[in-house]
Amino acid sequence: MSEKILMMALSPTMETGTIARWRKKEGDTIASGDVLCEVETDKATMDYESSSEGTLLKILLPEGGQAKVGEVIAVVGKPGEDISGIVAGLGSGSSADHARTAAQPAQAAAPAPAAVSAQSQAPQALRVPAAAPASGRIKSSPLARKVAAQKGVDLRSLTGSGPEGRIVMRDLSRLPASGAPALQAPQPALVQPGAGDVVVPISRMRKIIAKRLSESMYTAPHYYLTVAVGMDGLLAARAKMNAGREKKLSVNAFLMTIAGRTLARHPQVNTTWNGDTFLRHATADIGLAVALPEGLITPVVRDCARKGIIAIDAELADLVERARAGRLAPEEYAGAGFTISNLGMSGIDEFTAIINPPGSAILAVGAVRKEVVVAENDAMVVRQRMRMTLSCDHRVIDGAVGAAFLRELADMLENPLLALA
Amino acid sequence: MAGFDYDVLIMGSGPGGYVAGIRAAQLGLKAAVIERDKVGGVCLNVGCIPSKALIHQAELFRSLPALREMGVAVDVTGLDYSKVFDKSRKAADALSKGVAFLLKKYKAELITGDAALSGKNEVTLKDGKKITGKNIVVATGSRPRIIPGFEFDEDKVLSSTGALMLKKLPKKAIILGAGAIGVEFSHIWNSFGVEVHLVEMMDRILPLEDAEAVQVLARSFQKRGVQMYTGTKAVSMQKGKAGVSVILEDKAGARKTLEADLILVVVGRTCNTDSIGLDKVGITTEKGYIPFGDFNQTKVPGIYAIGDVVNTPLLAHVAFKEAEMVAEHLAGKSPAPRLDPLSIPGATYCEPQIASFGLTEWKAVEQKVPFAKASFPYRGAGKSVAIEASEGFVKVIYDPKTKEILGAHIVGADATELIHELLLARTAELLPEDIANMIHAHPTLSEAVMESMRAVEGWNIHM
Repeated sequence: MSEKILMMALSPTMETGTIARWRKKEGDTIASGDVLCEVETDKATMDYESSSEGTLLKILLPEGGQAKVGEVIAVVGKPGEDISGIVAGLGSGSSADHARTAAQPAQAAAPAPAAVSAQSQAPQALRVPAAAPASGRIKSSPLARKVAAQKGVDLRSLTGSGPEGRIVMRDLSRLPASGAPALQAPQPALVQPGAGDVVVPISRMRKIIAKRLSESMYTAPHYYLTVAVGMDGLLAARAKMNAGREKKLSVNAFLMTIAGRTLARHPQVNTTWNGDTFLRHATADIGLAVALPEGLITPVVRDCARKGIIAIDAELADLVERARAGRLAPEEYAGAGFTISNLGMSGIDEFTAIINPPGSAILAVGAVRKEVVVAENDAMVVRQRMRMTLSCDHRVIDGAVGAAFLRELADMLENPLLALA
Repeated sequence: MAGFDYDVLIMGSGPGGYVAGIRAAQLGLKAAVIERDKVGGVCLNVGCIPSKALIHQAELFRSLPALREMGVAVDVTGLDYSKVFDKSRKAADALSKGVAFLLKKYKAELITGDAALSGKNEVTLKDGKKITGKNIVVATGSRPRIIPGFEFDEDKVLSSTGALMLKKLPKKAIILGAGAIGVEFSHIWNSFGVEVHLVEMMDRILPLEDAEAVQVLARSFQKRGVQMYTGTKAVSMQKGKAGVSVILEDKAGARKTLEADLILVVVGRTCNTDSIGLDKVGITTEKGYIPFGDFNQTKVPGIYAIGDVVNTPLLAHVAFKEAEMVAEHLAGKSPAPRLDPLSIPGATYCEPQIASFGLTEWKAVEQKVPFAKASFPYRGAGKSVAIEASEGFVKVIYDPKTKEILGAHIVGADATELIHELLLARTAELLPEDIANMIHAHPTLSEAVMESMRAVEGWNIHM
């Protein structure tokens, strides 16, 4: 019995995938778990492991070809089996249409995905539309799941009112008449290209970034707090620690370590707005914005409050390297409760950043510069100074709460020994 | 609870009242239930329970001739109906005592007296005693409806109460009204050999039930010799020495006189809202019913109305649920503020049984609800053939787009028990495929339920 191989949702946000490379060719024997091909998702290139066994009879999507999640990319079966029926039947696209509704793009608010392999959960996501998000099981009634899929509503955008928070029909009927999840960014006017203008297709990654960030800016009421931090103490400490180390500890590793400690003392900042509840995160999972040629990605170092700086630095270096190579697994760049964006290396003095959901705050870090400052005795002295701006979601973090966090973070950066307190 | 005798004061101890009392007390409220008659109300004393006792015995008696097919010499002479009656009273009394025990167990006080509202937070008993409650729940129920010219004397003109209290069977009886009660008494009396004439104004017996399900029952009644007059009304009645003489008129205006030993008039019920002091608190009824909003609250804050006094189906289990909802609401919990009208089951106990909930085809058409239907006959479930109960079917009405279950209708053996699997599916928002794929024990009648769900999905195995 031949079996269709479908494009799977290999990341929580993936809607379409592009075959980067077929690792098996037609006629090859496939065992369950073999890597069939490499798929370029919205943010990374992933290995597609087969859950079927048999012979790869037909490759339907060539390298470079793009398919929506749920569309057939290959057929596996017994050697010599007649698959003309299957191949001919693919034109209608009805099954692919059905499955497409299954893979609603992950909303910005998707919590950290459970540590299961994308391969094991994806087939389930296809079978039960909208029921098996990357972030784990959503309690919902079968009817609510079905109607949500029909209306194209992401269950994660709803709050369940049934037993134990189960999403039931009445939660769906509370949506606006359009049936779309609450807020939709306004559609920008289309501009016709003039002479010499170039039309550049938008990459999937760009689309996701556009969607997530406009959603964040649109739904989270942002406000900004800025402090200037004296960096002489931290730079001196870093110099001491790095003396004799082959691999130098980065400033970002210091920032992350100290921010982790500060978050542990300010749990209100390490919190996700979850509709009608707050989700206070048990660990300080901090993302670092990493620029890529076609966009940016935020690999996450987990549990920064408890890890030492050497461990954090090593993890961060590995994640950043793999992020630049496009080889991050989805769970490695999702679910940051707090994010740091550092444009100091780009020579920026200070800036504001857009909050990266599901976090409720992001720290925008500027360059360290020598400045003349007024010392306590009114003398003018030269100090290393750095400005940083915290963007806060006012639904979660009030001004005083954000200020207390930022003040303590600044104090610890000025005097890293405080982090030991 | 400053100044009030009770947190919740409940008028009436029927299914609405006693459940409200127990649930409120369970949730820590100080509750009292006032009853002027027997604890348990109509349901326990002159309704559901004694009638089911009679039906059970009627069916035992009716099944005896089947023994002849095994060669057993069956002698059914010597029937003493008063013994049948005694058994039904025993059941009623046992359960009435059971309710009194439950009230005691959960520390809901039982007060004997005839209460009427005398203020927003106060009732006055017939003897003048005043009792106050922070909240008052009106659960005074209903009584058989009287139609002019057919006033009950409980001798020759019976209400359902009189019929239940009958110690001697008539030879020939007219039953006016073919709702659940009329149909059930037809079943009981016909089983015991009474010549039954069932008169219904609407076009069919059980006019609110699914037409096809009713057809199955009507065919069975016909075979058993129950005379049915549908689309027919009783115009007048004369009482004579030996019995009654009733003039019937059909739709075409043709008249006909029927004579019988007695007539049972079961044409609906009247709310007990006329002498309970509603005027003292400014509540006006609509067709006897007390108007209500969310959580069955009346227009007077703190006064609630449940059961037969409000315009929801006059069923004990509706009163149960309304009672629980009000008690939970008063205890600060957040129950759903009203019952889903499509999720209220109805049950008619005869042979075959009819059970249903939600939309019928007719109602769906009337309400312009898009629907599709699927059904599966009992005979496709092997068990029904084995137990000689292959007459019947399971029918489901569903939304063609989402496959939401909008209604279900079962006619056949054990229908009143089988309906709940489908009702669970509706209330838990399961889809037909969930039931279709669930393993059902073989051989059971429940397999017919499973197959009806497969019929929705388009893949019956046993048909």
